[in-house]
Amino acid sequence: MMLLQIATQAHPLAGTVAKWVWLLPLLPFLGFLINGGISLFSAAHVGPSDPDMGHGHDDSHGDAHAISEAEDHGAHGDDHHAVKPHRYAGIVSIIGPLVLAASFVLAFMIFTTMRSVDMTTPFIQRYFSWMPVGTLQIDAAIQLDQLSMLMVLVITGVGTLIHIFSVGYMREDPGYPRYFAYLNLFVFFMLVLVLGANYPVLFVGWEGVGLCSYLLIGFWFSEKANADAGKKAFIVNRIGDFGFLIAMFLLFSNIGVLDFAGVKAAAPGLAFGGALVTAICLFMFLGCAGKSAQIPLYIWLPDAMAGPTPVSALIHAATMVTAGVYLVARSSFLFSIAPVASLVVALIGGLTALFAATIGLKQWDIKKVLASSTVSQLGYMFVGVGVGAYTAGMFHLMTHAFFKALLFLGSGSVIYAMHAAYHHTGSHEDAQDMRNMGGLRKYMPITWGLMWAATLAIAGIPPFSGFFSKDSILGATFERAGHSTLADASLFGIPGSTLLYLIYVFGVAAAFLTAIYMTRMMIYTFHGPNRTGSAEESHLHEAPWVMTGPLVVLGVLSVVGGWFNLPAIIPIGKIGVLDGWLDPVVGEATRRVAEAGGEAAHGASDELILIVVAVAVAVAGMALAFARLKPQTLVPASQSPEEEGFERVLAHKYYVDEAYEAAVVNPTYQISKRVLWRGIDAGLIDGLLVNGSSALMRGFGWVGSRIQSGAVGTYAWVLVVGVLAVLGAVTLR
Amino acid sequence: MEAFLQSIGYDSWVLPALLIIPLVGAIILLGLSQTADSDAELSGSNARARVIAFVVLLIEFIVSAGLWWSFNPANTGWHAAIDSQWIPMWGIRFTLGIDGIALMMILLTTFIMPLTVLGSWTSIKKKVHAYFAMMMILTSGMLGVFMARDLFLFYVMWEVMLVPMYFIIGIWGGERRLYASIKFFIYTMLPSLLMLVAILYLGIHAGSGGTPNFSYDNLVSHPTLAPRVALWLFGAFFAAFAVKVPMFPFHTWLPDAHVEAPTAGSVILAGIMLKMGTFGFLRFALPLFPGTAMNPTVRAVIVTLAVIGIIYGALVAMVQPDFKKLVAYSSVSHLGFVMLGIFALTLQSVQGALMIMINHGISTGALFLLIGMIYERRHSRAIESYGGIARVVPVFAALLTLVSLSSIGLPGTNGFVGEFLVLVGAFKPYPVFTTIAATGVIFAAVYLLWAIQRILFNPLDKKENEHIPDLNWREIGLMVPFIIVIIWLGVYPAPVLRRMEPSAQKLVTTVTQGAQLGAQAGAPAVAVSVTGAAR
Repeated sequence: MMLLQIATQAHPLAGTVAKWVWLLPLLPFLGFLINGGISLFSAAHVGPSDPDMGHGHDDSHGDAHAISEAEDHGAHGDDHHAVKPHRYAGIVSIIGPLVLAASFVLAFMIFTTMRSVDMTTPFIQRYFSWMPVGTLQIDAAIQLDQLSMLMVLVITGVGTLIHIFSVGYMREDPGYPRYFAYLNLFVFFMLVLVLGANYPVLFVGWEGVGLCSYLLIGFWFSEKANADAGKKAFIVNRIGDFGFLIAMFLLFSNIGVLDFAGVKAAAPGLAFGGALVTAICLFMFLGCAGKSAQIPLYIWLPDAMAGPTPVSALIHAATMVTAGVYLVARSSFLFSIAPVASLVVALIGGLTALFAATIGLKQWDIKKVLASSTVSQLGYMFVGVGVGAYTAGMFHLMTHAFFKALLFLGSGSVIYAMHAAYHHTGSHEDAQDMRNMGGLRKYMPITWGLMWAATLAIAGIPPFSGFFSKDSILGATFERAGHSTLADASLFGIPGSTLLYLIYVFGVAAAFLTAIYMTRMMIYTFHGPNRTGSAEESHLHEAPWVMTGPLVVLGVLSVVGGWFNLPAIIPIGKIGVLDGWLDPVVGEATRRVAEAGGEAAHGASDELILIVVAVAVAVAGMALAFARLKPQTLVPASQSPEEEGFERVLAHKYYVDEAYEAAVVNPTYQISKRVLWRGIDAGLIDGLLVNGSSALMRGFGWVGSRIQSGAVGTYAWVLVVGVLAVLGAVTLR
Repeated sequence: MEAFLQSIGYDSWVLPALLIIPLVGAIILLGLSQTADSDAELSGSNARARVIAFVVLLIEFIVSAGLWWSFNPANTGWHAAIDSQWIPMWGIRFTLGIDGIALMMILLTTFIMPLTVLGSWTSIKKKVHAYFAMMMILTSGMLGVFMARDLFLFYVMWEVMLVPMYFIIGIWGGERRLYASIKFFIYTMLPSLLMLVAILYLGIHAGSGGTPNFSYDNLVSHPTLAPRVALWLFGAFFAAFAVKVPMFPFHTWLPDAHVEAPTAGSVILAGIMLKMGTFGFLRFALPLFPGTAMNPTVRAVIVTLAVIGIIYGALVAMVQPDFKKLVAYSSVSHLGFVMLGIFALTLQSVQGALMIMINHGISTGALFLLIGMIYERRHSRAIESYGGIARVVPVFAALLTLVSLSSIGLPGTNGFVGEFLVLVGAFKPYPVFTTIAATGVIFAAVYLLWAIQRILFNPLDKKENEHIPDLNWREIGLMVPFIIVIIWLGVYPAPVLRRMEPSAQKLVTTVTQGAQLGAQAGAPAVAVSVTGAAR
């Protein structure tokens, strides 16, 4: 403790703008309080006399929506009443994005300060003691280092853009203030997550973002499917959180501390590759698999698309779902001494990348394509941090935040246009089904161009950002397969080296599929003939600038994002900026895995070959998609036949949801109801044991009925007098 | 604040005052109840009764609040102690005193009681005076349990608290109130009688010259019982406390009592009375019989039951169609965590158990109050009679969501602190049990989120729900203190933890040392007697 404080005082950031770091999360929290207050205040005035009441003031009609609204329309009548902005929309539109922008400006100021000083240790600010119990001392403390700074910039930067986009997208929603309240609260928790100086504080953010995700997925809660999706997300995340908790318990009972600095200091004392550190890392990874939607806990993310599209962009693509990757990178001092656990991380990541990519091939809902894609890309990130290339994983996290946010917001623009068109004609077609789109390039050229930029980025076409980040992950995987502590380890008797080559193959295969399904999405959405309907066609148009503007910024970032970390082999700018930036945090761990002292198994020529392979695969995928897909043959969703054979399996995401339902959810419910409640509780304990002694019960029942004569006042008197007499004995004696 | 309290001699009179004030209130209420003749007069008199009850309990809270400042955690002896003769020929003394644990339990009680009066404002329509008088007597009884330092006095208070609750359920309860109240009474009375026998045995055994000695301090510092005797005595205490907690499988009185009790009854039952059981373990069962309580077999059985309670309570809660019953079973789950924390007996786990005792009082109390509010409007506790009402009653929805989140232990709310500390503390002695127990956090999310989804979210498909009025200012006002405490204890529980820590530490040390002494003296004997008892 003493050491820590001395270090803080001597820290180069002490006395700089960094002392305001606590404002970073606090600003969005203030936004939450104001917007939440407005939401509750205005909602509380919708009394039973309000004429809108029967229709519900939280009705979702102004908006894009995955689920057929047929029933809702029946119940609530019309489409028109909801299309007026909330009465406090003006102030909410200012406060919501403003607190984020302010947070970003502050973050950027701190960032420039950090660049100007030589900072090798984290800047730790302790505010108050949160849970002090004996040797367990958990502080409310913030840790600012290069890793958390990177996350803060992504969160507040991309977050600001998405908040601005939301002003346009959600403008007409009756729950507008509530939406911004939740969104602000989310950013608050996300910043707590990345700024916390110990695992429990990180966990506050971790569960807090889960809560906001729950609230925002179920934002249009009047649809059962939306509420279901929110609940599913929260519960599946909790399964992961259980793992995270166990990891913390293991840490505390064996090391006695839970703050990052303390664990990092104690980590070298743990046996390399021992059971303890492996268990800690695996339990922690269970938490990551929940939050970052990896096998077997990925199932909540496709359903999470029920939320408003900007939410999908912010929470379910750019920030929250990457928290697991952040956690592994943050705990690199543990994972780097647990090669078996690291292999599991990389293997699960590789499998998820491939598996989710196959699902993406057959989705018709534009957001579901992107959801599968997100799961798949998160898999890449886990391959990166799994193989000990922590910077590569974080690099892909960053570029993915740019291009996937762009893709989601772009799809939001598309859905916005589709919905407006259907709204005009009163049609109840699905505004998110790509079979109802087609040829949108003509109506929304800006969105079309920007989404192509993002598609090229995610497909890994140079020099777009995704190419560099994906290549650095695949390159690192291949390199580690040749020579690393992971290659020397083994999992289930399979040598690590073999596994890593296999993971590399998974990664390349997933890249191929990514190029196919993304191109498919673009072709079906923007190219070919339009299938929206002749009446609707005239109403299709580009979104307003408040929405398109953020897309442009993200478009630029998606294109040039690769320059943040150029590999040595492509020296078209400053090389390895991010590598250098993150080195104080993850450098030591990276070198430990890579065994920097050893000889590199692969040379520059290998690296070039890898790049050629990656690009060839991506180009082949896109070419295949262009050659085989015929948008002309598509018909609108309502006229489309059900898929057959394996296509159907893919469209239904391998029936995993159904399998979980049949194998876990239903049995638990039925056993709880029939065996535990009706059987043990009501039957055995109550029926046999308690009421079984019924003669006794009847006796007391008779006494009870006497008492029930109505003279309660008398009885109460007797009670008081009795108690007083007993107590009064004190004074009498 | 401390200086002011000292100047009025606060510590010397506060504990008896806390016992007397509610009784004075009860006398006033009962005295007034005779005067009403006409209907109009009756309703005026009823209104007066509510105000009197609220004011008296508010005074009670204000008086007790001084303890927060006057209590000095560094002093591990009894605080605000009182000791005087009572019934000398039986060696019974009137001794009161509190430690950090009792301090928080007393504050919890005096905090919740006035709010339950507000919660009963409009729902109690018959025999209003008697009802509030019962709540007053109940308050004295519960506080007495937390204060008593004489085992006989403790038993008197224990029973005093039972009777008013019996009436509250039996007279002002729901349709099956008679069944529920009698079940409650017998279920808790029978093991209490066993405990009385055990207390008498202890007192006589410890006495000298034919006069028994029921002094707690004396009994704790002289554990001179044969292991076999200690086991039986512990068993009697265990029975009384385990039913009260309630531990699986002694819990089946609770759902019935909760469902049939009026709102205030449920709040008090869950919020305070269940803690009598766990408090009893901490105050009496463990320090009096450390060798037995820490016997590996006994401990393993109790920890197993605790963990079963956590999972079982959550799973059965999940399938309840009645919201009140759901919350009742969730109490079984929450109190399972408390029992795990107590019997894991590390500083963290005991502190966590104490935090859950407070948190459960706050969160479950608030849940029952909210259920009461919606019940007054729709006269149904069935989850399926709601759906989509969040857009009709947004303030209610926001509060119910927040309170539910605190109940499922979301970090940043009070619920997390307790569960985390119990689990982190219990993990070292019981890694496997704790891992199983930790799955309880998943099930908690399942049953509560599913319930609030079916109540607040989903389509608003029932006509009678379309015009439910939202909460009024009285109801919002009475929820605000709960919300403040939920956030405060979630974000900054350190002041509470610091006040309890020395007492918790003392308990852990005393019991651990007592158990070691016992183990050195007669370990084989205990082992034999345990297996003997099992037969």
